[in-house]
Amino acid sequence: MNEPKIIPLPPASEESLPAPHRIAPPPMIKTMLPHTEMGSPVAVAPVTPSAVRIFLQGKSSGRMADGAFASLMVVCALSIFAIVILIVSVLISHSQLSIKAFGWHFFSTRTWDPVSGDFGALPFIYGTVLSSLLAVCMAVPLALATSIFLLDICPKFLRAPISFLTELLAAIPSVVYGLWGVFVLVPIIRDQAGPVLEKYLGWTGLFVEPNFGVNMFTASVILAIMIFPVISSISRDVMRAVPVHQREAVLALGATRWEMLRIGVLRNARMGIIGSVILGLGRALGETIAVTMVIGNHPAIMKNLFAPGYTLASVIANEFTEATGDLYLSALIEIGLALFLVTIIVNAIARVLVWAVVRDNAGGAH
Amino acid sequence: MEALPLRSRTASNFLTFRRSLTNHVVTGVAIISTILVLVPLVAIFGYLLYKGASSLNLAFFTHVPVPVGEPGGGMANAIAGSGVILGLASLLGIPVGIGAGVYLAEYARGTWLGAAVRFTADVLNGVPSIVMGLAAYALIVARQQHFSGMAGSVALAIMMVPTVTRTTEEMLATVPKSVREAALGLGIPKWRTVLSVSLRTASPGIITGCMLAFARVAGETAPLLFTAFGNQFWSFDLNQPIAALPLQIYVYALSPYDEWHRLAWAGALVLIVMIMASVTLVRIFANRGALKGGH
Repeated sequence: MNEPKIIPLPPASEESLPAPHRIAPPPMIKTMLPHTEMGSPVAVAPVTPSAVRIFLQGKSSGRMADGAFASLMVVCALSIFAIVILIVSVLISHSQLSIKAFGWHFFSTRTWDPVSGDFGALPFIYGTVLSSLLAVCMAVPLALATSIFLLDICPKFLRAPISFLTELLAAIPSVVYGLWGVFVLVPIIRDQAGPVLEKYLGWTGLFVEPNFGVNMFTASVILAIMIFPVISSISRDVMRAVPVHQREAVLALGATRWEMLRIGVLRNARMGIIGSVILGLGRALGETIAVTMVIGNHPAIMKNLFAPGYTLASVIANEFTEATGDLYLSALIEIGLALFLVTIIVNAIARVLVWAVVRDNAGGAH
Repeated sequence: MEALPLRSRTASNFLTFRRSLTNHVVTGVAIISTILVLVPLVAIFGYLLYKGASSLNLAFFTHVPVPVGEPGGGMANAIAGSGVILGLASLLGIPVGIGAGVYLAEYARGTWLGAAVRFTADVLNGVPSIVMGLAAYALIVARQQHFSGMAGSVALAIMMVPTVTRTTEEMLATVPKSVREAALGLGIPKWRTVLSVSLRTASPGIITGCMLAFARVAGETAPLLFTAFGNQFWSFDLNQPIAALPLQIYVYALSPYDEWHRLAWAGALVLIVMIMASVTLVRIFANRGALKGGH
């Protein structure tokens, strides 16, 4: 009731206030405030409370501040929802033109002709899905094997440096992967790996020359390197979350290390491992710059992995600033919207799977 | 009668042999895969170091780009531009992220709203960076009718929020409940407890999270392509197109000129050294933090 009075009062008059207006601070409270000497009661005693401090320690002002602070934090938290809603709404409103013009056919048409204003996203969907799946196929076995190595085989002194190195892969920016891809990986795929793959696997129709190095296969290799750290670190976390007694029980039955890993660890962690793979897939679906630099950027649906391709993300990156006409821009934004929704769904599934495993095992361990 | 145990022993010996063989094969495969993974890592770093170091010179840090055909030039404006964009992005993104993290850890433990925020943050974390660029374009650039550094900052800030939120929450969760209860028991209001006790105890970890979020967006090119757009000259005006280091590397790498390729390698080395330095500093900082010592 009287709380506004407390603020203007000078420090000297505080003694004359009736007791209910403020709580006398316990002496220990001083030690919790910043910039005071810790622990020394002698230092605490002579402090004359300033008007600000009285305000801070007052009961009713505290309640007011508590409310204000809590609502500020709630606003911050709700802003995360706001961000998602905002992204969806601006993308929808800016792609209206294309949605109205093409409808659902947008996702099943394979023509991409900016000149005549005819747009279909099928080649990009094909390129995105194919390059991501190939990348996952390449990265998953390596990531799981590395996780197993780091958890159970690796000598202790090597564990920290190797896991640090694999995490460094995650810190390399996409554009640096792209740069390396253009100047190192592309020549290797073109001159060394290409002829070998064509000789032994050419009969499948997947590796047919001419191979200029900038193609679907190179993009997949780059993607595999980029998503490796995601899959490896999360699957390692999930495997570590498997309770020790599961391992011990299997070992006690006389299992070898591989049997212990297979029965005791991999089986228990399988949902989480699948989750980590899907997270990696989500990362691969949206990866832009490195892919744009090595995939060749040609909107065609080809079985041949040595043919240039295009992905949803790279068509936006490559054509957006050059897009002339509202329909062209709007079609590109609709592609962005599709990419957003797909990655949201993929990530949501992955998170649910990872959570389920980590939570169950955390509960079971106690 | 005699032969039976013998045969079963041979069979069991064979089984043991097969099991141990499988075990050894799997161990070998795991070791080989790890080596196979370290190869591209070493290749990338080695090549980057070799190409970048031989292309770096003082002019790179002091000059702006020169027209095609002229030798020399540098990326001074891009480094400065990246600094400005990232500075504003951090100013926008980090407070919101910390606030949301505080809400999750201190106010929303075990509530459905908290779970929903946490889940949304995790999902937002996986949204491709190019989509953030598109959203910033639609929100700011399309309205203003010109590219601007601010739009780039907004895109990067949005990307920082979920990372900062989740690390802040995780770090606050490691602060023992008893410390909070002690503070509350002394009659300290909750907001003071959060600020002076929880956040302060967890600050090394939270700073780590902020630096990791910073390092993650520092190398982002895709969200800047049609927001900050790039600039060949000095500019600090956030309302105008601004140069950024990753953008410049991207443009130069795809150009047909050897001189520009050289600059792209130098730029990549500078970019990665800056990111690695911040990540490593953070590791040292986090390892020395109060949290590890206490519990």
